[in-house]
Amino acid sequence: MNAINKEPERHEIEALLPWHAAGTLSRRDADRVEQALAGDRELARRYDLVREELAETIHLNETLGAPSARAMEKLFAAIDAEEARAPRRQRSFDFGSRVSEFLSSLAPRTLAWSATAAAVAIVLQAVVIAAVVVKEPGAPSGPSLASAPSDGSFAVVRFAPQATANDITNFLGAYKATLVEGPLNMGGQLYRIRLSETKLPKDEVGKIVRQMQSESKVVGFIAARD
Amino acid sequence: MQSTSDEVLIGRIANGDRLAMQVLYARYHVRVFRFVVRMVRDDSTAEDLISEVFLDVWRQTGRFEGRSTVSTWLLAIARFKALSALRRRPDEELDEETASAIEDPADDPGTALEKRDKSAIIRKCLMGLSAEHREVVDLVYYHEKSVEEVAEIVGIPENTVKTRMFYARKRLAELLKSEGIERGWP
Repeated sequence: MNAINKEPERHEIEALLPWHAAGTLSRRDADRVEQALAGDRELARRYDLVREELAETIHLNETLGAPSARAMEKLFAAIDAEEARAPRRQRSFDFGSRVSEFLSSLAPRTLAWSATAAAVAIVLQAVVIAAVVVKEPGAPSGPSLASAPSDGSFAVVRFAPQATANDITNFLGAYKATLVEGPLNMGGQLYRIRLSETKLPKDEVGKIVRQMQSESKVVGFIAARD
Repeated sequence: MQSTSDEVLIGRIANGDRLAMQVLYARYHVRVFRFVVRMVRDDSTAEDLISEVFLDVWRQTGRFEGRSTVSTWLLAIARFKALSALRRRPDEELDEETASAIEDPADDPGTALEKRDKSAIIRKCLMGLSAEHREVVDLVYYHEKSVEEVAEIVGIPENTVKTRMFYARKRLAELLKSEGIERGWP
């Protein structure tokens, strides 16, 4: 028998059995489990126990019935009452929630793991991003990052109107970019982002900018800038 | 014919489409109800809670960013509502419910036959798990949630999800043993 002889690995595989039985593992993990099951009779026996539990859990839940029509009537009565009181507006631009959601997403873990200087930079970036997402035509200027660094490679970006604070944060994180200055005094809500702390060759900057430009959900306009 | 995706429905609901809300409700109300009723153990309370869950969806669709599936989002809201309802409930009521859920019906002749039925015993023992263990077992086995999704719904790290599931299964094995079913594990 070709059982898994490394106990921690076996334990790890065994912990995944319930998800393997439910079919919710990634392809990679599912392959790992399948491989282990094929060579380990005891693990395969334990997998049968998992499948038994799964079948009975489904059976048990299916016997729980369904809610009566009362629940739906109550829901739609509440919706009608709300609409009568205050008709719904388009909510794609919910200022308060977007700002507070973004700021709460930073704390406490993000801040706790950052060095103080980095944390300050993140908070400044957060405030600016918050201003980006709440910006409406004609609205007064939001906060700005005044002391922009000069070392490294940079680009100027206008974020897409539909981009949320999380979209922008994830976008910057994915490219390891930092929002360093803005809004710039160039009109059109432009922001300067640092692509790298070191000066990159021009063609490399161009490549990054082209990649960023393809992220149309977040980026409205972008251009390399010294 | 392909049905409208959940994300499209959410977009329509955000724009006040009442029909889209009905479709979403039809799609998920039973599963959400079953998840909630397993937590609060009361049909009437569970019905009230699912109305509240979907009302929250109506109010907050603008905040759904598609990082998780709609069903995961719904279950996370439902869980929060159920826990809030449980906190409002007097302790004595909870104790009685817990006791009735794990009560051994061995003295009841009507259940003697059922006790010989292994499937029925497993289901009885599943009912006897703690709320924390029931929750993770249901999410994994019935609601088909991945490790990451369970972590998101319950608000715990992914490794804790795996550990909790392991201990839930271990506890189930102990309950089965006390009912005369020895599984040779753990």
